[in-house]
Amino acid sequence: MDGAMILEWVIKSIFLILVMTGGFAYVTLYERKVLARIQVRIGPNRAGPFGVLQPVADGIKLIFKEELVPAKADKLIFTLAPVLTVIPALIITAVVPWGTEVTLFGRTIKLYLADINIAVLYLMAVTSISIYGIALAGWSSNNKYATLGGLRATAQMISYELALGFAMIVPVMMAGSMSLVDIVESQKPVWFVFVQPLAFLIYFIAALAEINRSPFDMPEAEQELTAGYHTEYSGMKFALFFMAEYIKMIAISMIGSSLFLGGYRGPFVDQLPALGPLYLFIKVAIVLFVIIWIRATLPRIRYDRLMQFGWKVLFPLALLNVFVTGVVLILVGG
Amino acid sequence: MLTTGTIIFGVFALVVIASALGMLLSRNAIYAALFLVLNFATVAVLYLILGAPFIALVQITVYAGSIMVLFLFVIMLLGAEKLPAGEPLGHHRWIALLFGLVFLAELALFLVYRAGMRAAVNTPPLEFGSPAAVGMSLFQKYALPFEITGFILVVATVGAILLTRGEGFKGRKRTLEIQSQDK
Amino acid sequence: MTLTDLMTILPLAVLVAWTTALLLVDLWIPKDRKGITALLAAFGLALTLGLSLARGQQPRQAFGGMVVVDGFAVFLDVIFLASGLASIALAHDYLKRMNIVRGEYYSLLLYAISGMMLMTYAYDLIIVFLALELLSIPLYILSGFVRLNLRSEEAALKYFLLGTFSSGLVLYGIALIFAATARTDLPGILAAVELAPANLTMFLVGGALLLVGFSFKGAIVPFHEWAPDVYQGAPSSVTAFMSVGAKAAGFAALMRVFVVAFPSLSTDLTPVLWGLAAVTMVFGNIVALAQTNLKRLLAYSSIAQSGYLMMAFVPYGQGIVLSDTIAAMLFFLVGYALTTLGAWAVVIAVEKAEGRGLELQDYAGLGRKYPLLGAAMTVFMLSFIGAPPTLGFWGKFYLFRTAVEGGFTSLALLGLVASIFSAYYYLRVVVMMFMRPGEPEARRDPWLVLTAGVSALAVVGFSLVPGSLLNLALQAVLKLL
Repeated sequence: MDGAMILEWVIKSIFLILVMTGGFAYVTLYERKVLARIQVRIGPNRAGPFGVLQPVADGIKLIFKEELVPAKADKLIFTLAPVLTVIPALIITAVVPWGTEVTLFGRTIKLYLADINIAVLYLMAVTSISIYGIALAGWSSNNKYATLGGLRATAQMISYELALGFAMIVPVMMAGSMSLVDIVESQKPVWFVFVQPLAFLIYFIAALAEINRSPFDMPEAEQELTAGYHTEYSGMKFALFFMAEYIKMIAISMIGSSLFLGGYRGPFVDQLPALGPLYLFIKVAIVLFVIIWIRATLPRIRYDRLMQFGWKVLFPLALLNVFVTGVVLILVGG
Repeated sequence: MLTTGTIIFGVFALVVIASALGMLLSRNAIYAALFLVLNFATVAVLYLILGAPFIALVQITVYAGSIMVLFLFVIMLLGAEKLPAGEPLGHHRWIALLFGLVFLAELALFLVYRAGMRAAVNTPPLEFGSPAAVGMSLFQKYALPFEITGFILVVATVGAILLTRGEGFKGRKRTLEIQSQDK
Repeated sequence: MTLTDLMTILPLAVLVAWTTALLLVDLWIPKDRKGITALLAAFGLALTLGLSLARGQQPRQAFGGMVVVDGFAVFLDVIFLASGLASIALAHDYLKRMNIVRGEYYSLLLYAISGMMLMTYAYDLIIVFLALELLSIPLYILSGFVRLNLRSEEAALKYFLLGTFSSGLVLYGIALIFAATARTDLPGILAAVELAPANLTMFLVGGALLLVGFSFKGAIVPFHEWAPDVYQGAPSSVTAFMSVGAKAAGFAALMRVFVVAFPSLSTDLTPVLWGLAAVTMVFGNIVALAQTNLKRLLAYSSIAQSGYLMMAFVPYGQGIVLSDTIAAMLFFLVGYALTTLGAWAVVIAVEKAEGRGLELQDYAGLGRKYPLLGAAMTVFMLSFIGAPPTLGFWGKFYLFRTAVEGGFTSLALLGLVASIFSAYYYLRVVVMMFMRPGEPEARRDPWLVLTAGVSALAVVGFSLVPGSLLNLALQAVLKLL
């Protein structure tokens, strides 16, 4: 391990964080634009050409907002919770490959931060940790709505984590490896989404529930819980929650693309590795579009239905899918 | 003697012990749970140092990520985070402390007088902790314990449902039978 | 896992599969006909018993040395399975009377028995621990089976908390032993200790922790605190089974682990074991003197009996008397199981809902109104004391004999004195039944009466031919790997 390598890692990490935070800013704009189009509106168009400076304006506004801490809140945890929410979102994509490798300044640089042989397990570990921020935010606010929102979020995330895990196992089984690079590479002949459409569907639904996106945005159902777990948050702390939510959207799109949609693979990527990040970007953009589209189209489902669906439909289905995949793999692979 | 590895291990070991103590001593159940999470996470780091990333991540996923989340969930749901002011054990606490210290002293003396620390465990091969290796040993050498664990979990699940579902207990009140007085 | 492996533990595999199927089948059995579940459970046990007996005592290892099925295991399995059958007979009417009929009762009972059987097979510390959990968890649940009764809930919680605590000790002990020897299989541990790549200090600490953990399970003084409350709070049918099965399984595991893997610890542990046995016998019997509640009385009596059992364990490191002392322990366990189950059958017959009918006064006149029940109870009390002509007498006789052979004459004398003391409270029950006037009401459910009767007959009958039973036990021990 030489100094240059450490430097490379540091640069890659900073780059990743910058991309994710920058991505967050522009996904908000993307979402507002798409929603506006779907609702036959124009959307933000004042700040800069086509509104591209809108996120900057939003950020500046939030920085100047007053930070409120409720009198009876648990101060320490109240402050810690937004941080605990953002960190998992930022680090989860560390194992997602952006491409194979490119030569830059005479140095071969791999287009991924870490290719560990347990990448999928890492994803699951980080996902499971990400619940804490939300649960603690709800509890520490010392507010009924916030606590209920936090509890709902916890219950929902635990329930859907199982289905999510089983859906993620399927590509692992197909590729015979937990490394995301291996998984992407083994999609060379055909994307897993065509072989395992059910697994992809389960992944997609469970992931939406996992990040509390519509139609599973129960924890923040305005009619019942005002703003859910972040009711009491304002200013930059609120911005952190907001940031976590959108970064998680990007993250699940990236992970989903890598697991099922061939990741950075596309035409001519073997000849020109620099195309890899571009393909990944396009795929992520498409998945994000679908997520926003769903938000614009579907109403929120009722909480008990949500839990029933998770435990009684999605989870058994995922289990069955894993079982069938295993049997078929043994029969075919010998 | 004092290699980087030892120092790193020492630091994390101290965190492990400190978080365990914090778990025991904190009066707020939520903080206790969070200390335990920290404890599990640090133990996971120790596993990582030992070259067992698979075990480390399983530790995080299962203990820190699932079990402790459920703990936290239950504590929040029941509003059980604040312990009552009085000490339920009363003077037992001091007796327990005394016995604990005696036990600690006994162990320490024992280790001093009967020392002879010899490393018994050989360094395992490099791929020891890889997912494939863990899977192989889990389903071949340790197939029986694995299956038994499954049955233990079934029993625990059945028990949890049995003891918490109200079916068949509707309309019944909690009773404390007092035999001698109602004769 | 091969077919041979599975065939070796066939009785256990069949029992576990049967139990799991029973759990499902029970869903379709209507609530007022749970007798079918009981019958199915009993059939499963009988089937397993048949398979156990049929496969003989030839020692065989399986799963790469994780388990071993030998005479010792089969002998104990027969005790467990028979106790299980008796417990089902005890439970059927009792559950209805106490209004706690749930089909899961039988499944949990069968799971606990599976755990006990596994415990006797265990040849690896991992299996020992898992078996301990598999037998304990159903018992925690069963103790709390009388939902919404505070005593039962308290019993379940106490048992669970202290049980998990002791499981933790066992696990910690196993971890230290593994750290010291890098092995978890019993022969491997022995080899590591003998060839001395092991850290003996850590090994001793681990062994001691195992001993403490199992002492909790076996209710050895000073780790007995939970036992009286749990025995009292749990449904009587559960207590009956628990006091036989859990205890026997705990001692079986101790015996197997310490004899096979820890003979080198005997020099350090013998005084400790001596002390534990002595304190348990004396304490259990003295406190039992003050009890007026039958369930608590039997609880303390069972603690005292643990002390006698512990006596068999003291000379475990002496190779010459080893087979004798194990055989004596097995013999004592047979007597203990029969006596305990029979005595609990009588207690259950007299017990009323809401915890009434458990005081000593409630037994006044029982002997005159129900002579057979009274006679049976008298036999059991005599057997607990260790008076002839009962199995209890021979059990203690052989135990004391091996203690003397092992050079622990004082311990044997202490046991003798303790037994004489115990006569006071056991005989008080008999006096109450026959010499005090009273109008007790006892259930005469055929299954209860059958259990009490068969146990009483067996306790007296076997005592006429103690030699052949001891021979069986000796043979079983000789087949110990």
